[in-house]
Amino acid sequence: MKLSKMIQKRPKDTKGTLKRLWRTLSPFWNIIIAVGLLSLLSCVLSLLGPYFCGEAINEVEKGAGAIDFSLVWKWALLMLFSYILSEAVYLSINLIMVKISKKTAYMLRKECFDKLHRLPVSVFDDNSAGDILSRVSYDVDVVATSIQADISQIITTVITVLGSFFMMLKISLPLSVVTMVTLPITVFYTIHIKGITRPLYSKRSEKYGEMNGFVEEMFSGEKTIQAYGYEENVSRQFASINKEASDAYFNADVRGVTIGPTMGMMNNLSLALNGTLGSILYMFSYATLGQLSSFILYSRKFAGPINELANIMNELFSALSAAERIFSFLDMEEERKDKEGAIEIEKGEGNIGVRDVSFSYSPEKEILHNVSFSAEKGKTLAIVGETGAGKTTIINLLMRFYYPDKGKIFIDGIDSTDIKVHSQRRQFAMVLQDTWLFRGTVYDNIAYGREGATREEVVEAAKKAGIHYFISTLDKGYDTEISEDGGNISKGQKQLLTIARAFLSNSPVLILDEATSNVDTSTEKRVQEAMTALMKGRTAIVIAHRLSTIENADEIIVMSNGSVVEKGTHSSLLEKKGAYYKLYRSQFS
Amino acid sequence: MKKTWLFILITMVIKFIGTFLELLIPYVLEYIIDSVAPQKSLKMVLIWGGVMVILAVLCRFFNKTANQRAVKSARDNIYRLRQDLFEKTIYLSSETIDHITLPSLISRLTSDSYNVLSFMQSSQTLGVRAPILLIGGFIVSFSMDKGLALILAVMAPLIIAIVIFISRKGIPLYSAVQKKLDDVVRIMRENISGIRVVKALGKENTESARFENADKEMEKSEIKAGFTMALPMTIVKLFMNIGLVLVVSIGAYRVSKRTMKPGVILAFLSYFQMIMMGVLTLNRFFLMMSKANASAERIKDTMDSVSTLVKVENIEEDEISKKGYVVFDDVSFSYEGTTRAISNISFVLERGKTLGIIGGTGSGKSTIINLMMRFYDPDKGRIYIDGKDIRSYDLPELRKHFGVVFQNDFIFHDTISSNIKIGRDISDEEMKKAAENAMASSFIEKYEDGYQHQAAIHGSAFSGGQKQRLLISRALSGSSPIIVLDDSSSALDYHTDSMVRKNILSYHKDSSLVIVAERVSAVMNSDEILFLHDGEIIGRGKHDYLMETCPGYREIYETQMGEAKE
Repeated sequence: MKLSKMIQKRPKDTKGTLKRLWRTLSPFWNIIIAVGLLSLLSCVLSLLGPYFCGEAINEVEKGAGAIDFSLVWKWALLMLFSYILSEAVYLSINLIMVKISKKTAYMLRKECFDKLHRLPVSVFDDNSAGDILSRVSYDVDVVATSIQADISQIITTVITVLGSFFMMLKISLPLSVVTMVTLPITVFYTIHIKGITRPLYSKRSEKYGEMNGFVEEMFSGEKTIQAYGYEENVSRQFASINKEASDAYFNADVRGVTIGPTMGMMNNLSLALNGTLGSILYMFSYATLGQLSSFILYSRKFAGPINELANIMNELFSALSAAERIFSFLDMEEERKDKEGAIEIEKGEGNIGVRDVSFSYSPEKEILHNVSFSAEKGKTLAIVGETGAGKTTIINLLMRFYYPDKGKIFIDGIDSTDIKVHSQRRQFAMVLQDTWLFRGTVYDNIAYGREGATREEVVEAAKKAGIHYFISTLDKGYDTEISEDGGNISKGQKQLLTIARAFLSNSPVLILDEATSNVDTSTEKRVQEAMTALMKGRTAIVIAHRLSTIENADEIIVMSNGSVVEKGTHSSLLEKKGAYYKLYRSQFS
Repeated sequence: MKKTWLFILITMVIKFIGTFLELLIPYVLEYIIDSVAPQKSLKMVLIWGGVMVILAVLCRFFNKTANQRAVKSARDNIYRLRQDLFEKTIYLSSETIDHITLPSLISRLTSDSYNVLSFMQSSQTLGVRAPILLIGGFIVSFSMDKGLALILAVMAPLIIAIVIFISRKGIPLYSAVQKKLDDVVRIMRENISGIRVVKALGKENTESARFENADKEMEKSEIKAGFTMALPMTIVKLFMNIGLVLVVSIGAYRVSKRTMKPGVILAFLSYFQMIMMGVLTLNRFFLMMSKANASAERIKDTMDSVSTLVKVENIEEDEISKKGYVVFDDVSFSYEGTTRAISNISFVLERGKTLGIIGGTGSGKSTIINLMMRFYDPDKGRIYIDGKDIRSYDLPELRKHFGVVFQNDFIFHDTISSNIKIGRDISDEEMKKAAENAMASSFIEKYEDGYQHQAAIHGSAFSGGQKQRLLISRALSGSSPIIVLDDSSSALDYHTDSMVRKNILSYHKDSSLVIVAERVSAVMNSDEILFLHDGEIIGRGKHDYLMETCPGYREIYETQMGEAKE
């Protein structure tokens, strides 16, 4: 299933996403409530400041000689005190919100990571890693930033708006009514403009993403482009993508940047109305000048956060769509669960049976048709066939990365669907062409093969794999760090490390996808020896490229277009002069 | 360029007017309340109210116009910048690309250009507004009362210094966060690429713990950065409020000395606030600027890089150039800052002949191809193609000689047909013939849309063997005089591999074929085989000759072919 398609298919469910986000925040409910109370305190304190200031000025206004300085000092000190306290409270709110948001980000990342392991392997075959990774890095960050800034801001906004409105009402009812007239217009305008700009902004990010994708692709293929003189053509393609991205930016922002000035105008119009009406009220003695001044001060405090509304909503919406992307990943269908009553098997015998298995990755094209074979304890089974004959698919099925559409797989005679997936996988050790190492020490990378292996066992495994000597020539021996892609050791050594890992895991069945001699001669020889040693005493299923392996195999199955066409030993198959014979001869062509 | 600056200048003037009007409105309001209302003239009140309404509408008009013009010029400029940068990058020499690295080139075109874009837009608006608030506020307050203005004069630089200091401190904290994020992403990436191994070994819990560790580290450094960056705002507001208290206290003192009117204190308070807003905005502006500046530097770095791979005129002729179609004469080369990649390589390849190059990883095989196609210039020695030193060709002209498959070559997110033709003037018949010869037509024709089938990004939907066959089709179509296959059949089974080679030999009789491989079977039928080790030729000749004279070669052969003898 493609992630990107899933998102498109899903209707935008703002309410559901919001609810779920709220649930994610549930461990912090008490703290958020505390933040609310603190915000209230901070707001009251910040409203007290101007009050004390006003009292101080009132005292000063008495004019020279009449000023009682002790009173001025008292009000000034109170003013200072309330401001400092207000800022301290404000700062602590900020710090708390930083903490909550980062903690939430931590939890979301963790959840995504754990989800990774519960997903079927097919998800990773169908989706680019980049898409999943951008959810974990970028989207989580967007959500966290929004939590950090928006929650406290929403609370402060509500309190400030209510507080100022209350003060305004107290000062003058008619003036408050005038202010209220512009409010619905502002709100309506905000909703209206959001409706227009939101799709434009998502188009903007979409086009930007397309451009990034194109750039990444073309620069990665630069050598090819230069070799074939494709530069101009590619530049032309980029011009049209660049144009689309620039235009999408323009279309969104050219509307987006009108919001600020328009809000400002609403504000100023409201001020004009207030000033005019206030003056008229003053003329007819319904209000004093002092009332007028402080009313206007409060109406500014009232209007400020409402103007901010547009910005907050913007952030909220982008946070919601980021959250939606995260949740859609978390909601992906997980790997098939073990059947009820599935059994645990410890170290099995190593008898593998595949019976009448058919399989397809996508409905249009069946990859395997009625494949049957068995590999008995301690024996070596080689699978040969042309590219695309379905050899790798068999491994996928044995490991239960995928499930057959038809037919059954048996482990020691037990239907594999009756076995817990974990314990089935433990029966196999894989040495694949694509060696997988992670950043860590050489020791860690080998020890990965078995939980709780001792140092001696790790060294023993390295010795068996024939890489112990090489490791001891390294500066830090087993504690040498391997870089992310294993760039600092050769391909052959990487392979030996994974063989050591397989030795350590001690599984009864071995799956070998033989490398196609991509290594230098001396290592090549050692890899081969190590593999032969590894196969001893284990059931081995080998996707074979080397004649030596094939010849010594107890049984060879020859695959073509997803079917088993021949079975037998090397000599019996050669005698047959069939598909195997042709394949074998072609090496000496 | 001049027109652009003029356009931006006009935008800034408009923004200036808009901001000025914005500042005028509260002033008019004060005037109404303080001076007009006491006159008790309804007419005057209405007139001044009307003035305010007009101002409000004008203010919107100017600000909106300026903002929109800023967006427009930002778009036009960024479009050109990106296009120039892209075209520059796509022609960069391999040496420069190695030097700058691919991820960096990509981020220069994407996130760096985005940083420049946002700065371009905001510098025309924010960049005008902040100074006006600051300077305007200063001028007005100084003209009102020099004594009180001194408080501002002392505090504003102090605040600016503290804010800038903290912000500077914050930037390295954010790069620390970035590093931790890299760790988180890396482990995640490792788990995605190694999902089969993780699952096979049942390592979910171990991995989970490993991730949790990195995740926790990231949380910690994020909180640290978040805490630090919460400070500037608080400090500014705190100072501002302390300033207010100072203004009131000192003001009271001066009023009592009759050196000041009480009304000035009130006016002062609002200008004080204005100046502080200016400081905050300026701080934001500077942060943006330093980010954009770093980005612009990187972009400039790319734009300024010059290619050393220029056409060299009047190169003296050499007899040796006539010896064959492709001639390497004692060529040595090392990549920037590394040990010698190849030493003293000489060979002659004639038309219609096959050259095989074999050797282990890092033996210098691909380097020979890189030099032959002039992705790099050799440190020593000369290379000739068709009788001419390759440096005397125009690059595109030189490369027209080649049909090439590189190691791990690239499949574009485009149709199969475009992937084979890749911009060259090639007929459909020719393309199909090439695909047939590359043994690719069988799988391509299985698609309902055949050659119009869309390849996934990086050709990820193809199997390794399908990819290689498609790439070989690309190299064969166009019937280039030199066909280069660099490790392009490693995923093919022996049968397909040998069929492809047979087809090339019979269909491209006049082409020189260069096969680079680690598999003996791929080169054993070549007219000449070079056996490379550590950048040197340690054996050369036909297969049978090498089997006799070169123990290393024989060893590879025996390892790869097993003990099986005919």
